Amino acid sequence: MSKGQLEVKIGLAEMLKGGVIMDVMNPEQARIAEDAGAVAVMALERIPALIREEGGISRMSDPKMIQDIQKEVSIPVMAKVRIGHFAEAQILEALEVDFIDESEVLTPADEHNHIWKHDFKIPFVCGCRDLGEALRRIGEGAAMIRTKGEAGSGNIVEAVRHMRKVTGQIKELTVMNQDLLMARAKELGAPFSLVQQVAKLGKLPVPNFAAGGIATPADASLMMQLGAGTVFVGSGIFMSEDPSPRAKAIVEAVAYYDDPKKLSEISFGLKKAMDGLEISKIPDEERLQERGW
Amino acid sequence: MKIGILALQGDYEKHTGILDELGLDSILVRYPFELIDIEGLIIPGGESTTLTHLMKRMNFYKAMTDFANEKPILGTCAGLIMMAKVVNHHLVKPLGLLDIEVDRNGYGRQIHSFTENLPVQLNNHIEKIPVTFIRAPKITKTGEGVEILAEYHGEICAVKQGKHIGLAFHPELDGVSIFHKSAFIPNSISSNKEKPHAA
Repeated sequence: MSKGQLEVKIGLAEMLKGGVIMDVMNPEQARIAEDAGAVAVMALERIPALIREEGGISRMSDPKMIQDIQKEVSIPVMAKVRIGHFAEAQILEALEVDFIDESEVLTPADEHNHIWKHDFKIPFVCGCRDLGEALRRIGEGAAMIRTKGEAGSGNIVEAVRHMRKVTGQIKELTVMNQDLLMARAKELGAPFSLVQQVAKLGKLPVPNFAAGGIATPADASLMMQLGAGTVFVGSGIFMSEDPSPRAKAIVEAVAYYDDPKKLSEISFGLKKAMDGLEISKIPDEERLQERGW
Repeated sequence: MKIGILALQGDYEKHTGILDELGLDSILVRYPFELIDIEGLIIPGGESTTLTHLMKRMNFYKAMTDFANEKPILGTCAGLIMMAKVVNHHLVKPLGLLDIEVDRNGYGRQIHSFTENLPVQLNNHIEKIPVTFIRAPKITKTGEGVEILAEYHGEICAVKQGKHIGLAFHPELDGVSIFHKSAFIPNSISSNKEKPHAA
């Protein structure tokens, strides 16, 4: 028998496809998420919109809070660690969370190094803005990639930018001759073997999900149509006026993302979405996507 | 012959490769009316709570039990859970196609997920295959008429009842096609292994 190898890690990521992963801050929200059909929950003390409002250092959540959520729901429970903070990751592994998000939403612990994720038996997800960043994280052992988007903004524009960038760069690789790939790997700052693999496969070797700014069923549909395997919804549910119906609607929107008639039915009469932020109004130093490289 | 893959949530795309390999056409099934056109159905891995939510919302239950009276269903992991008679969670409403009781995540959280090589008994033939268990369900009880295809350390992990097959693991992740073949083209297996004249 063997446990914790990359295939088993990617296996769980495959099972999450087409399901919504929801940020929750307590067992009550986790209950709402599971009841609404969420495929997994992300346990964190402050959802990104609140981190923005309140400021200060954001760290891994209290293990008690994570455990309370694990007791409350039967679906996979994910939790976040600071970029490069492998000690937080070791604690989450001891807690047996199902997936670790090495996330730019928390304050980075290391400006140069991300976690060497191959050392862990638990799968990791990491954010990216382009193909080079995605392949660097996969090289370190990430079993799932998500767009960074701009977390807590309620604005889809950055997630769209990052998804289009990644899929566009993948497509470029597939039409390149072999003799151009090394130079391209250098430009991307990506491991050569992974660049070769992507050129051959025409997709990333791990599932590629969308995150950062998804607030409505239409946002979820947009990201799915742009090629996301599924979506993470952070602040978009619990910062909205009526979370439970919105959570259900986004679950259904991901399943029926390419059926506009169904989507109009799903979107009908939902109360107010979260207030969003104009990206240009967010000062550069507060843009979460700039964290990590 | 066209086989449907329930495509509400989960790793449904992985099954298309296996069906291709067997020379079977496949369609992704998202609406109950799509069951009319197909000769067999796969319920893939994913989360059974999510599948329940979407199957209720789309009125799949009656259509799927009617379908199962006539045609074979293959369920893997969450699919097995959906085919069971009894499941230990209030948010899951199973179809009751297999006379089994199932403990969701019976093998534990993701850190306990694993791969193994297991002998499987199918159509009087034993074959060792690679299997992948991901937060897998455990079959805790089987009724009469349920054929046991494989066990892992004494725990039943693959069953057959009538034309239906349920697996706690994921043959689609390891490129294993024997279960798909047995469920959807059973005559080809018996003709190969036992009765060459029956083809």
